[in-house]
Amino acid sequence: MVTVNITVNGKPVSGEVESRTLLVQFLRDNLRLTGTHVGCDTSQCGACVVHVDGKSIKSCTLLAVQADGAEVTTIEGVANGSELHPMQQAFMDNHGLQCGFCTPGMVMTALDIVNRNGNNLDEATVRKELEGNICRCTGYHNIVKSVQAGAKNMGGS
Amino acid sequence: MNEQGIGASVRRKEDQRFLIGKGNYTDDINVAGQTHAVFVRSPHAHAEIKGIDTSAAMAASGVVAVLTGEDLAADGIGPLICGVTVTSDDGEPHRAPAHPALAQGKVNYVGDHVAVVIAESKSEARDAAELVDVDYSVLPAVTGTRSAADPGQQQIHEVAPGNVCFNWPFGDKDGVEAAFAAAHKVSKLDLVNNRMVTNPMEPRAALGEYNTGTDEITLHVTTQNPHVHRLVLSAFNQLAPEHKLRVVGPDVGGGFGAKIFVYAEELVVGWACRKVNRPVKWNADRTEAFLADAHGRDHVSTAEMAMDGNGKFLAMRVHTKANLGAYLSTFGTMVPSYLYAFLLAGQYATPLIYSEVKAVFTNTAPVDASRGAGRPEATYLVERLVDICASDMGLDPAEIRRRNFIPVDAFPYQTPVVQCYDSGDYPAALDKAMELADYDGFESRAAEARARGKLRGIGFSSYVEACGIAPSAAVGQLGAGVGLWESAQVRFNPTGNVQVFTGTHSHGQGHETTFAQLVNDQLGVPIENIEVIHGDTAKTQFGMGTYGSRSLAVGGVAISRACDKLVAKGKKIAAHALEAAEGDIEFADGSFSVAGTDKAMSIGEVAFNAYVPHSYPEGVEPGFDENAFFDPTNFSFPAGTHICEIEVDPETGVVEIVKYSAVDDFGRLINPMIVEGQVHGGIAHGVGQALLEGCSYDSEGQLITASYMDYAMPRADNLPSFDVDYAPTNPPDNPLGVKGCGEAGAIGAPPAVINAISNALGVKHIDMPATPENVWRAAQQATAASA
Repeated sequence: MVTVNITVNGKPVSGEVESRTLLVQFLRDNLRLTGTHVGCDTSQCGACVVHVDGKSIKSCTLLAVQADGAEVTTIEGVANGSELHPMQQAFMDNHGLQCGFCTPGMVMTALDIVNRNGNNLDEATVRKELEGNICRCTGYHNIVKSVQAGAKNMGGS
Repeated sequence: MNEQGIGASVRRKEDQRFLIGKGNYTDDINVAGQTHAVFVRSPHAHAEIKGIDTSAAMAASGVVAVLTGEDLAADGIGPLICGVTVTSDDGEPHRAPAHPALAQGKVNYVGDHVAVVIAESKSEARDAAELVDVDYSVLPAVTGTRSAADPGQQQIHEVAPGNVCFNWPFGDKDGVEAAFAAAHKVSKLDLVNNRMVTNPMEPRAALGEYNTGTDEITLHVTTQNPHVHRLVLSAFNQLAPEHKLRVVGPDVGGGFGAKIFVYAEELVVGWACRKVNRPVKWNADRTEAFLADAHGRDHVSTAEMAMDGNGKFLAMRVHTKANLGAYLSTFGTMVPSYLYAFLLAGQYATPLIYSEVKAVFTNTAPVDASRGAGRPEATYLVERLVDICASDMGLDPAEIRRRNFIPVDAFPYQTPVVQCYDSGDYPAALDKAMELADYDGFESRAAEARARGKLRGIGFSSYVEACGIAPSAAVGQLGAGVGLWESAQVRFNPTGNVQVFTGTHSHGQGHETTFAQLVNDQLGVPIENIEVIHGDTAKTQFGMGTYGSRSLAVGGVAISRACDKLVAKGKKIAAHALEAAEGDIEFADGSFSVAGTDKAMSIGEVAFNAYVPHSYPEGVEPGFDENAFFDPTNFSFPAGTHICEIEVDPETGVVEIVKYSAVDDFGRLINPMIVEGQVHGGIAHGVGQALLEGCSYDSEGQLITASYMDYAMPRADNLPSFDVDYAPTNPPDNPLGVKGCGEAGAIGAPPAVINAISNALGVKHIDMPATPENVWRAAQQATAASA
C-alpha cells in the first residue's frame, strides 16, 4: 500500500491505496465522491473526467499515486453549495442531460473547453471538443447548446 | 396556459442532483461489510464443462466464497425465464432451453456465466477469478443468423432441433400469393438489420443485502421495472417470497430496453448475499456489458411488394430469420414476432401481408428488446422496400408514399396485421417534413455538392409504431405472462404537499417533472410541492415499469385517474365545509368553490380537513390519498416522417449528415422540451445503427466488438443538430390524448439515413452500418457499373 496526498475540491486528503488503484477508484471508493462515474474501461466514454491541476483528464487513465501532490476538482467541487455554476445552469436550462450518468464528465469537459477556447464557441468547435465524451440519451444536440450557452454565461459573470 | 402545467417546457426537477454529482446510481451505494462479486465467464462460445477447480481461488487473499452452478442448483434457484410464448408452425410452443444463471455442464456463448467469486475487495475478487480453473471441451460454434438453422450445423440445445426456436407464419399466405401472381410489378429486397449493443452509459450493477432479523433480501439493481424484477425473481427463480424481497431501482443511467430483463448476475447477487450472509456488490465493466447485456436487432430478411400499374401496394411478403442468441432473454421471443410482424403495414393501406419469422439459436449473447424493439426492424424493412418500389415504378419517393398512405378519413384503421390504428394524419407529417427539409431545393443543393466533388442524397422514412404497451387482454391472448396496465397513487400529506407514486420507472425520461406537471395541471399544486416517487417495491404499489414508450400513455393516465378520484372526494369534503350541496361545488386551479358565490377553499385546506376530520361529511373516509390502475383499450400509434440529407465523399466513403428533419405525431405534449430531447436521442440512436454500430462475432463466436475501441458509438462530431417539429392528431383511444415519444427516433432514423445514402450513390441498397469502407465500396461498384 502507498500513501497519497491529494487536494480534492480544495481540501487536502490522504489515503492508503494499492499501487494499481486508479484515480477514479480513489475518488469513488476511498473518498465516496461518487459523482465521478465509470462508463467504460478503455478511456473512451469520458464519464470520469475531472480536473487535475486545472486540466481535464479521464480519471480512469491516471493512477492515484500519479496524482500525489496534485489539486483535483471533481463535479462535487463545481457548484457553490446548491447554487449551480453557470455551466451547470446552462445544462439545466437547455435540457443538456437526461439520465445524468455522462453529465458530470460532460460538465467537467465543458469547463475545460471554455478554459482553452474562450467564451464564444461555435457549434463545430464544441462538437469536435466533445468527441471524447459519449452520451446515449441526448443525441448531443442539447449538450452542444448547453456548452455554448454556459461558455457565454461564464464570460458574462 | 398554466406555466407549470400541460404544454409547458418546465426545467427538470431531477437535474439539480445530477448536475452536482449527487445522483444515486446503484454503484454509488455502499453499505457496511459489503463484499464484491466478479464473475468467471466462458472464453469459449460453445463448450462442455468437464470440471471446475475452485481450490486455488478459494485460497486466495480476501476470498469469501466461490460459487458455481452446482451450488445454485442445490439451493433450488430456478433458471432464468422467457415471459412470452410464441406458437411455432407445428402447433407447439417455442423451444425453450434451460437458462441457468450459472452454467450447469455447458456454456453457450462467450461471456456465459460459469462461477462467481466473492471477496473483500473488487481487486481481490478479480485476481481470484483468474485462479478458477475450468476444464472445457470446446465444441464448434454457430454464429450466423442466416445459416444457424442450415442442415449440418452444430446442434446447440437438445430441445431445439436444427437450432430453431420457432417458425412463425402470420397472415393470409394464399391471398398474398394470388395478389403477387396478378401484380403489375413486384419489387424485392434482401436486407440485414444489424446487431446492436444497446449501451446505456451506466453499466449494469447490483447490490444484494440479506437481513437475518427479518429474513428479507434487498436488491438494488439497474432496472427499468423493479416490480417485474421482484415478481420474476420470486415466482420463477425462488429467490425469496415477494413480500420478503425488496427490489430498488435507484437512479438508473439509461436503459433503452437493456435493463428490462432479469439477468443472471442480478439473480446470483441476490442469492449469494444470503448464502454468504454479507452484502454482495457487483458492477459490470464495459466489456462485460458488451459480452452479457442482451443485444438488439439481428435480422436477415427478404421483403417483396406487389403493386398495380399506379404503384399502389397490393400485397407484401416478408421472410425473416431472427437471431435470439444462445438462450431466451426475458422478452426475447416477443421482439421478432408480435412487436415486429404487427407493424409491417407501416403507414400504408396494403391490404394483404404475409410474413414468416424463423427464430434461431446461436452461440452469441441473448437478443432482446433494444430501443424500439421489433418496430425498428419492421420500419427499416418497409421503408427501404417502399424506396425500391418507387425506383422500380419511376416515382418520387414522396409520391409513392402519398399514393399508399392510409387516408386520413379511414381512422380507426384496421390493418391486416392485428393492429387497429386509432388516429393519424400521415400526409400532414409528410408535407410538413418536406417543407422543413426544403425538399424542393434539394436538386440545386445536390448540383452544388457535385461541383465540389461530393454526392448528396436525400431519404425519407414515414414510420408508425405501436407503443403505450399495452392492453392486458391483447398481450395475454398473444402469450404474454403478465398484464400490462399501470398503477398510480396520489397522496396529499396533511400540510398540502403531494407525493405521487408511479409503477413506471424513470431512467432519463424526466418523469419526476412530467408527472408533476400532469398533477399540477389537474390539481393546481405547484410542482415544487409535488414529489414523484418510483423505483422501490417497498415504496410504490405494484407496477409494470418503463419500456415501449408506455410511461405517460399508460402510467400517466393512471395518475390522472387518481387525481380525478381526489377531486371527487374533495367535492364532498368541500361541500360539507362550505355548507353547500355537493352538486354545486366546482373545482378549478386548485380551489373548490360554490358555484355562483365567492365561497371557496383550496385543495390544501381540503386535504387538511381530510386528515383532521373534526367537522366532516358523514360516510366519507378520512384521508386524502387515492390510487388508480389503468389498463388501456389499445396501443398508441405515434407516427411521422423523417427526412435525412447526407453528403458522401466518394474518395473516402465518409457520410456527413448535413440536415435531419423530423416531423412527429405524438398527440398532446406535456413537456415539449423533454419530448424534443427524446426525439434527439432516438434519432442519434438510429443514426448510430445506420452509420456506425455493428456488433460482430467471428466464426468461432468471439465477440470482436467488445469495447468502445471496436464498437463505434455515435459521438458529438458524428451528428448534426436536428430540426424537429410536430403534426399532432388526437388519439381517441388514449384518455390523455398522448402517444409516447421515447422510441420514435430510433425507429424512424435508420431507413431515412440509408435511403439517403442509396439515393446519393445511385445504388439499390447498402447494408447497415454504412461505414466509410462499406460506402466507399458501394460507390466504387456504382461507378464501375455505370462506366
